[in-house]
Amino acid sequence: MDTLPTIWFVVIGVLWIGYLVLEGFDLGVGMHMLFARSEEERRTMLNTIGPLWDGNQVWLITAGAATFAAFPLWYASLFSSLYLPLLAVLLGLIFRAVGIEYRGKGETDAWRRRWTLAIGLGSLVTAFGIGAALAVTTLGLPIDANGDRQGGPFAWFGWPALIGGLAVVGFALVQGAAWLALKTDGAVRRRMRTFIVRGTALALLPIVVWVLTVQVVTGGPWSWALVVPAVIAAVTGWESARRGREGYAFAAFTTFIVAGAGSIFAAAYPVVLPSTLDPAFDLTVANASSGQYTLGVMTVVTAIALPFVLAAQAWTIWVFRARLSHDHLPPVHTFIPAVLRAPEVDSERAVESRTTHGRR
Amino acid sequence: MDPVEIARWQFGITTVYHFWMVPLTLGLGPLVAYFQTRWVRSGDETYLRLTKFFGKLFLINFILGVATGLVQEFQFGMAWSEYSRFVGDVFGAPLAMEGLLAFFFESIFLGVWIFGWKRLHPKVHLASLYLAVVGSIVSAFFIIVANSWMQHPVGVELVDGRPVLTDIWAVLTNNTALVAYPHVLAGSFGVGGAFLLGIAWYHLSRRRRDGIDTVDESGRVVVGENADIPGRDKLDHRVWITALRTGAVVAIVAFGAVAITGDLQGKLMYEQQPMKMAAAEAACHTGTSFSVLSIGDLGSNDCSQVQPLIEIPGVLSFLAHGDFTTPLPGVTELVPRYQEQYGTNLPDNPIYGDRAGQAIDYVPLMEVTYWGFRIMIGFGALAAFAAAVALWLTRKGTVPASKWISRLAVLGILAPFVANTAGWVFTEMGRQPFVVAPNPTPGGIDGVFMFTAAAVSPSATWGELLFSLVCLTLVYGALMVVEVKLLFRYGRGGVVSAMPELATHDEDPSDQGGPDKRDVLAFAY
Ligand code: HDD
Ligand code: HEM
Ligand code: HEM
Repeated sequence: MDTLPTIWFVVIGVLWIGYLVLEGFDLGVGMHMLFARSEEERRTMLNTIGPLWDGNQVWLITAGAATFAAFPLWYASLFSSLYLPLLAVLLGLIFRAVGIEYRGKGETDAWRRRWTLAIGLGSLVTAFGIGAALAVTTLGLPIDANGDRQGGPFAWFGWPALIGGLAVVGFALVQGAAWLALKTDGAVRRRMRTFIVRGTALALLPIVVWVLTVQVVTGGPWSWALVVPAVIAAVTGWESARRGREGYAFAAFTTFIVAGAGSIFAAAYPVVLPSTLDPAFDLTVANASSGQYTLGVMTVVTAIALPFVLAAQAWTIWVFRARLSHDHLPPVHTFIPAVLRAPEVDSERAVESRTTHGRR
Repeated sequence: MDPVEIARWQFGITTVYHFWMVPLTLGLGPLVAYFQTRWVRSGDETYLRLTKFFGKLFLINFILGVATGLVQEFQFGMAWSEYSRFVGDVFGAPLAMEGLLAFFFESIFLGVWIFGWKRLHPKVHLASLYLAVVGSIVSAFFIIVANSWMQHPVGVELVDGRPVLTDIWAVLTNNTALVAYPHVLAGSFGVGGAFLLGIAWYHLSRRRRDGIDTVDESGRVVVGENADIPGRDKLDHRVWITALRTGAVVAIVAFGAVAITGDLQGKLMYEQQPMKMAAAEAACHTGTSFSVLSIGDLGSNDCSQVQPLIEIPGVLSFLAHGDFTTPLPGVTELVPRYQEQYGTNLPDNPIYGDRAGQAIDYVPLMEVTYWGFRIMIGFGALAAFAAAVALWLTRKGTVPASKWISRLAVLGILAPFVANTAGWVFTEMGRQPFVVAPNPTPGGIDGVFMFTAAAVSPSATWGELLFSLVCLTLVYGALMVVEVKLLFRYGRGGVVSAMPELATHDEDPSDQGGPDKRDVLAFAY
């Protein structure tokens, strides 16, 4: 009876973990851009995620939509309870997306500086908000019998939200650093390695606290079993970065989040959204899900689509596998309009800028 | 303040805004793919330039479509949680399918396309654009399916007061969706066509006014070039005249398709949402005449003030039935019918909050439906007519030098946007007071309907809703300014702005697209 809802709980878990794995590094890259030391560095960083970030973001859209389809009551209660943090996530995602696309389309330093800020802060806010949302859905919200939040707009806020938010931010920073170490060369690569070596312990602390809390509160043998590989992976990642094996480090941190987030979902099962008011109000896999027929349809669709999605994303990562450094950096696209407002004056300037416009 | 009211404003504003980006994405994408195909097959550089130029504008617009689409996806849960609970079993499925079957491919392959110039074999590169474009067209299908279910719920059964999906095929082949989908796609092509036309006109007219192109005594174009300004060569003229003609033809054909499918929609609407049809006409009393112009206080829902000025007998009946004589029920006749079927007052249920027990007004805002319907058709027709005139005026190879006509042509880009917006506002507001409209047709399921008043999140406070409404509106407004500025900048910049290599001459343009020897990622940002 509960098999399909359980399968769908796993699918939702996979979608969220996929999101953390993929967007983890590009949110991290966004945040690291704030600390880059030159325009070349910022452009190199941005272009490492250039072809990938939009596809990665669709994991979030799909996680949301799949929750709606498979567990409408979970979707409704969680999203309406977290109104303000999700609004912040949306604004973060908007600024980040627009920043990535528009940053290179203006010429002035002020333009680029503003969009760098939009990308960096957008990534930070998004990571924090998503982490907070995932933490409260595993640790509980004050929801009533109808699944509605009690206690006002900030009732979601508390230490679980804080820990969850910091957890995803911290993980994204580490994973972003591993990605940049793997995909760039020169100063950025060195700095990112140092970041991992010195910062990993602190950055991953919140996620470890979150994992352990969930285990202590609701964990079982299965979920505890996943904690072990997560710990091993984190140590391996750190050790690989120290020895300069960036590929291993990236793979290890990926394993870490898969196992760590997996252990959280495994511990939470079968409750999808615990009520802190009364356990009788808990939303569970059984009482929050769609009907058998809907779940069956969605299972077929997912089984067909997901392999293609994974293949397409793997192929993109492979096509754009090259390591970047600013030796490869072509000059900033010069903007020389064909139609000039005052033809005589400007055409000279255009010719001039054509010759003086070198590498920036 | 009334949370329902605020949530409706927010949904309306964010969706209308999303649907400014959407039709341009849907309409321009296939056109860019068409240009690139022509280039890959013939090697004609005209088409490479068209691809690069319109591709750039396409991307500037696309990203805002993505950014605003995210808000749409989250909003159902955030602001309309009761709605999500009620319809989740049916409504979530097309949304999830849209993500899995469309958005992934759209986003992944668009990234490949942007960064794949020179990295990939030209055919593989082109194929990635095709996949992205097909992704957006498929996404439109699923979302229209979702929307059509709200207009005409099918494929479900009522279990414990909630609709439960029993037949996904019925939902996917909902006749409402099958006519709305081509209608929306055609409307989007209208947008794409007018966009090409307006921008191409501007450039041709600049070439004339800058003295690059001239005309001989018979009015035929004499194409010139200006070696000092990069990109203003003879090929540049070919680029714009091709864009102009392609755009004009697309806009005209699109209008034909929109009219045919719109007519089909009208017939369905008469069966499925008779009140919407009557409200579209401000038709108070039963009759057959189509009102071209009515005056008076359309909003006075008792109809006492509405005064039809110009009417065409029989046309209304034709829109709804295909003949000229069957009278259509007017508002005054429909209201008691609705009251009998769906009640005169909102039930005394906590879900309705302060509104429980209030009298239900079944008549949508008639000013909006009446004018929405006319603006949609009118501005669509205007765009098609202008496109036909443009084809005629440019038959000798260029445009008149007039600055004013050029301004009008650029302004004309807005007409199909206005028509699309009006169409949606009409459809969505004409559905009120229902968020899920009841399905009165034979085979319709009794009891599957929902009043908008019951749909909002009970726990979302008016403060939260108002705050998000203000934030989103301000952010959207600011981004609109930035997008339009960028579109103008790159639009005016012409082909060189998208192909700096034309100006710097350090790259042979014909070498575009071949795999690069250096194993380096293309830098696009
Ligand atoms: C008829 C077409 C149509 C309509 C009515 C809507 N959309 Fe849309 N949407 C598209 C057609 C589209 C598109 C053409 O496929 C877009 C525009 C730009 C883009 O990236 O894809 C898109 C983007 C887009 C995205 C971002 C996808 C990405 O990252 O690639 C989301 C999440 C949504 N939409 C969701 C919605 C929701 C929940 C809607 C209903 C309220 C909605 N859209 C109305
Ligand atoms: C196809 C996907 C769409 C879906 C699923 C959808 C769904 C909804 C929902 C849930 C509401 C809020 C409830 C209500 O007020 O009735 C709404 C209202 C509205 N929508 Fe849509 N909509 C879609 C597309 C659009 C588009 C593309 C536009 C315009 C460009 C649009 C314009 C509006 C407007 C103006 C309202 C406010 C109407 C009012 O509250 O009176 N919708 N729609
Ligand atoms: C002769 C011309 C047209 C006719 C007869 C027509 C008819 C209709 C009808 C009856 C509807 C409402 C469907 C419903 O609520 O069930 C509709 C909706 C709509 N129309 Fe049109 N229309 C025409 C032209 C246009 C043009 C030129 C555009 C845009 C370029 C357009 C865009 C839309 C849109 C976006 C909607 C809302 C989406 C939908 O429900 O399909 N229409 N149209």
